[in-house]
Amino acid sequence: MRLYALFVYVFLYLPIAVIAIFSLNAGRHASQFTGFSTQWYAKALSNPFVMEALWTSFVVALCSAIIASIFGTMAALGLQGMKGRVRVLADALIYVAVMVPGIVIGIATLIALVTLFGWINPLLALLAPEGRAPQLAMGYGSLIAAHALFSMSLVIIILRARLAGMDRSLMEASADLYAPPLATFRQVTLPLIFPGILAGFLLSFTFSFDDFIIAFFVAGSETTLPIYVFSSIRRGVTPEINAIGTMVLAVSLLLLIVAQLILRSGTRKGGR
Amino acid sequence: MQSPFNEIDPGARDSNSLIAEFREATKRYGDVLAADALSFGIRRGEFLSFLGPSGCGKTTALRMLAGFEVPTSGIVLLDGQRVNEVPAYRRPVNMVFQHYALFPHLSVAENIAYGLLQRRPRPDRADVARKVDRALEMVRLPGFGPRRIWEMSGGQQQRVALARAIVNEPKLLLLDEPLAALDRKLRREMQIELQTLQRQLGITFVLVTHDQEEALSMSDRICIMRGGKIVQSGSPNALYDEPISRYVADFVGKSNFIEGVFSHGPDGTGRILTPSGQLFEGRVSQPLAPNAKASLSIRPEQIELTHVSRGGAEQVTVINRIFLGEHTEYLVRHAALGDLLVLVARQAEASEGGFAPGDTAFIGWAKSTALILVQD
Ligand SMILES: Nc1ncnc2c1ncn2[C@@H]1O[C@H](COP(=O)(O)OP(=O)(O)OP(=O)(O)O)[C@@H](O)[C@H]1O
Ligand SMILES: [Mg+2]
Repeated sequence: MRLYALFVYVFLYLPIAVIAIFSLNAGRHASQFTGFSTQWYAKALSNPFVMEALWTSFVVALCSAIIASIFGTMAALGLQGMKGRVRVLADALIYVAVMVPGIVIGIATLIALVTLFGWINPLLALLAPEGRAPQLAMGYGSLIAAHALFSMSLVIIILRARLAGMDRSLMEASADLYAPPLATFRQVTLPLIFPGILAGFLLSFTFSFDDFIIAFFVAGSETTLPIYVFSSIRRGVTPEINAIGTMVLAVSLLLLIVAQLILRSGTRKGGR
Repeated sequence: MQSPFNEIDPGARDSNSLIAEFREATKRYGDVLAADALSFGIRRGEFLSFLGPSGCGKTTALRMLAGFEVPTSGIVLLDGQRVNEVPAYRRPVNMVFQHYALFPHLSVAENIAYGLLQRRPRPDRADVARKVDRALEMVRLPGFGPRRIWEMSGGQQQRVALARAIVNEPKLLLLDEPLAALDRKLRREMQIELQTLQRQLGITFVLVTHDQEEALSMSDRICIMRGGKIVQSGSPNALYDEPISRYVADFVGKSNFIEGVFSHGPDGTGRILTPSGQLFEGRVSQPLAPNAKASLSIRPEQIELTHVSRGGAEQVTVINRIFLGEHTEYLVRHAALGDLLVLVARQAEASEGGFAPGDTAFIGWAKSTALILVQD
């Protein structure tokens, strides 16, 4: 059994290790290791296409994570106020939303946005008859919207757990000490769930930064880093790609670990 | 059932001497009647306790005063004003929560200052700091202000919760089983401290507890609750000496009950005929119908335990002896009446001589100390 477990881990992590190792390969072939070098990192980081894709990914990840954190927090707070069956159903639907395959979300978002644009664009054209009307199209907006939509479920799940573990009497104590609802929210609820919001933000950022499938459908003419990697792989796997992959992996892991640490220290202090 | 007002003298019923009042206040949760037409007044400056078993509606009554529950029907008055829908944050009332509900992200001093800092216009910082320090001194935690909540022991957290409430000088302090989480010794200490504090501050305290000893030792007045209703209210002494029903006698202090059928005796006294055919006399304080099922209640300390029979004594066997210091508690068995509890004072035992388990002994009591009560 132990041997079996070992195999599972090897299969899981070997490809990743290979990528990381070959990103440090001095030679240009991905099949044989000819010496240690960081030249591919330098090359990747000086490639203007890579940098542009990286910038796009960063902007999309940041914006979608901010939007997801704000609206996810509001939704989680709203759910907390609901009771009975409605809440159970809403909770279940959130978990379903996270389980839905990326490809379905990608197609669904694409169709929804195209339909929406189909309605709005003629209206915009009517408003500005000179033919210079801004036309909505796929791009930053659709990327951010699609990622924010998905990440919101992540934020809601994290915050629901946190809110459920929070002592309700804390809010009552605040009200008892003359704080109106908004003051209670600002002085008690928000500080106590803030670690959850922060963790949700980091997870959302990571998700968006890594996502390929959803982005592929709604990116329009924009190129995110995963899309860039995908398109350059068709020209063969170079150590440069390995270097990019390794960097993305490192950033993601770092953010995930930070999120975990925040969540853990948050629960310790939040407990009675 | 007696009127809930029977303990309040007519002068006390004018709204000036009442800090709070329930008028037919009812709270319904679905099918559960958590408060069933409660009507009673809380006097300015008194220490009042709600005493009753779990689920009888004590917390519900308190939460209607605090503003966390709106009565389904009826009226809640604070200082003569109807406050049914007034939210908690607009009521000059503070509560000490059962699990303290201290804010974990704030220091001890910040917790205590919380209520003061909600006031508008904002109070002077130095003023707040001074009040916080004074509150900390009052609960005997001077210098603990900068500590984090999780660095405090259970008893200390309890004191912080108390300080956080009294620093606001509320008109009414509500305490929901504030001592339940403390160990026996600490609880005893805190009981005394709470009492002293209440006298010092002159704030009206309303305490919820299901610990009868706690209620008896601390309160000026106790409301005995059952099923969302107040069964009886009165001073600890009055409840102990003049319970209106077996339920109250059983809940307040210990008592022995002899069950049987009631009949009238001479001069307003009554008699109980036990199933074994014995007839016992006792006082009657509440109207009872002949042939009603009733209980004769005799407090353990009213029973005299002797080695030789005196007139009208009943023979028993000593089962168990527990030495309690100034008293000794005996469990004795009577052939027909079952087990009875007898409390013998140290002096009485010295003059009569002790009893050992297995001894044959005799019990007797003055008829005036036995009370015939409705069985409810
Ligand atoms: N929010 C609620 N929803 C439904 N039922 C409730 C609610 N709060 C209280 N109850 C019910 O109302 C009744 C009285 O409850 P309450 O909390 O006042 O009892 P209590 O006397 O304080 O009991 P305890 O000593 O166990 O704290 C109980 O039967 C309880 O189940
Ligand atoms: Mg309770």
